[in-house]
Amino acid sequence: MFAYIVRRLFSGIVMLIVMSFVTILLFFSSAVDPARVMCGKSCTPERIEQTRKALGYDKPAVQQWTAFLGGVVKGREYPADEALRKAAPQLVVDCHAPCLGYSTVTQQSVGSTLWTKLPVTGSLAIAAFIMWMVVGVGLGIISALFKGTLLDRAIVGSSLLFYAFPTFAIGIALYTYLSLKWHLVKIPAYTPISESPSAWLQGLFLPALTLALVYIAGYVRLTRAFVLESLSEDYLRTAKAKGLAPRKILFKHTMRAALTPVVTAAGLDLGGLLGGAIITETIFNYDGLGKLAVLSNAQFDLPMIVGIVLVAATFVILANLIVDLLYALIDPRVKYA
Amino acid sequence: MRLGPDDLRTEPTCRRCWPSVPDSSDEPQDFSHVGTQTATGVSAVDDVVEDDEVAGVKAVAGRTPWQLARIRLRRDKPTMVMIVTVAFALVMAVVAPILDKLGVLDPQTFHSDLINGASGGLPIGPFGGISWSHPLGVEPGTGRDLLSRLVLGVTFSLIIALSATLIAVALGTVLGIIAGYSGKFLDFWISRLVDMVLSFPQTLMLLALSSTMIALIARSTGDSNPSGGNLSKAIYIILVLGLFGWPYFARIIRGQVLSLREREFVESAKSLGARHSRIYFKEMLPNLWAPILVYFTLIMPANISAEAALSYLGVGVGNPTPTLGNVLTNAVNYPDADFTYFAVSAIFIAVLVLSFNLLGDGLRDALDPKADR
Repeated sequence: MFAYIVRRLFSGIVMLIVMSFVTILLFFSSAVDPARVMCGKSCTPERIEQTRKALGYDKPAVQQWTAFLGGVVKGREYPADEALRKAAPQLVVDCHAPCLGYSTVTQQSVGSTLWTKLPVTGSLAIAAFIMWMVVGVGLGIISALFKGTLLDRAIVGSSLLFYAFPTFAIGIALYTYLSLKWHLVKIPAYTPISESPSAWLQGLFLPALTLALVYIAGYVRLTRAFVLESLSEDYLRTAKAKGLAPRKILFKHTMRAALTPVVTAAGLDLGGLLGGAIITETIFNYDGLGKLAVLSNAQFDLPMIVGIVLVAATFVILANLIVDLLYALIDPRVKYA
Repeated sequence: MRLGPDDLRTEPTCRRCWPSVPDSSDEPQDFSHVGTQTATGVSAVDDVVEDDEVAGVKAVAGRTPWQLARIRLRRDKPTMVMIVTVAFALVMAVVAPILDKLGVLDPQTFHSDLINGASGGLPIGPFGGISWSHPLGVEPGTGRDLLSRLVLGVTFSLIIALSATLIAVALGTVLGIIAGYSGKFLDFWISRLVDMVLSFPQTLMLLALSSTMIALIARSTGDSNPSGGNLSKAIYIILVLGLFGWPYFARIIRGQVLSLREREFVESAKSLGARHSRIYFKEMLPNLWAPILVYFTLIMPANISAEAALSYLGVGVGNPTPTLGNVLTNAVNYPDADFTYFAVSAIFIAVLVLSFNLLGDGLRDALDPKADR
């Protein structure tokens, strides 16, 4: 087991290194010159050249990549210029390890900016996760137990219907009607949980609901499918035949087998969400990773974008690993060596 | 279901049956979250249609899986309805540009007389300015005919979604077959590539790469607009949706191929000295049409939604060309002020996405009846 974890972590790190290369290659060797954008319209060619050099964009992508990796491991200085360091040390910014880069747009290190956005995105993702797991899996179980009835059809049908509408249309409809027009819900805004748990929860409700609605449809169908499958297993018939209580059959025998794949999917979806819910955060003006991504894109803040992409990818890779380990925990037939 | 002795004879025709997902996989995580698709397929032997009894002679006819699927599909009323809906949408998409040329549809003319300048350009009249000449009302701010814009929007949305889906499915099929069949080295690297592409946050990458890549495309296609006109934007969306869309599908194909390659007909082709390309495209591919078809119809709606989402994020095709995405993106500015506009635009996309999704589900049930969930 331990060897397995180490191996997976190692391959995850290798993958992140490759991804950082691909990302840097894609962004820094593309058609738009970040130095030019940063410099503004009335910029002389010399100034552009100077900015480019200061930011290290004049070097080939491979060199920029190794500098980036070096920054992650041992930190780096912006700009990396010995002469400037001696002449005017106040102009040089220290970016401590693990340094994900320095954004000249926000004048902050990428790592510290991302760190402030993480709780926002994290709250949103976890609240949505709880909602869709409770509602989606619950409805899925109900719909499987009442297979073929009107209730089953209503649940599956309505979840499919919600799934068909684009997220942003649902989000804006909820926002406009529930919040602005009928005043049923407080206007969504992020309050740290340490300040006021109730305000945190109230401000979180609508965005989390919007996000959850996207996933509920999938989870209703997934849960329904696996519960139905495990209901037809032979060991269930045996359990019934030996006179086990229906409740015990349902929770101990059906659910355990049926929910294993659901847990897998849930872990992966949560991992994906932690990297930022771009559309939901944009609709509700929620200041998380997703909104930061939109903003950085508009400002050509390349170091920030590279940072977000890598952080998001890290979450996905970690989620993959955790899910696989959970799998072994839930399902005793799975063994990793 | 009855099994007659004749059934044994149908085995050779089973060359074209749907393969089953292998139960033994060297990487459990690769299939662990495939979820609803991991059910085993059915072989033609299992399924005997019973309406072939002629004058007391109990003839048991073996049928090809496609015939069986067609029979099951015909019995499945909701899916038949969805086939009609999707076919209608496709016909509409083809006809719309012609109608536009003929002047029947008029998506571009501004009708300033139909909107109220004082109230911020809202349409005059109830329900978004519905009238005989504008059956779904007019667009606020410009007074353009909404029905025309939506119908033509279906055309452009479908062009984008279809092209992206074709790229994703083609890439997924080819790489899936290669990974599944060759095993070892190539399989390892393709599987790692799949893992990597799946780990990239797709929406984020789409957004983040948009400005730079669109400029690049504009430069290489000789676009008159250096930062990218609508054509460059459309090409970008198609490329990125296609290039990010294949990995999940490749995994499914790989799983199918893993079991297919152990089958006798592949072995016999191999021992006859068939080249790899022959085995890939003449032996494997005909057996993979079922999952390809099913996933084609399921990736389509995802791409239609993605186009809309990208429009909302400001990456999509813009004015004057209508797409379902940019019409809805404009409509979400009026969820209350012009509810008809908002609702009609949203429902248009929803109906299209829903019918594709239901069609895909129905096809899956018909082609793979054991996956009846």
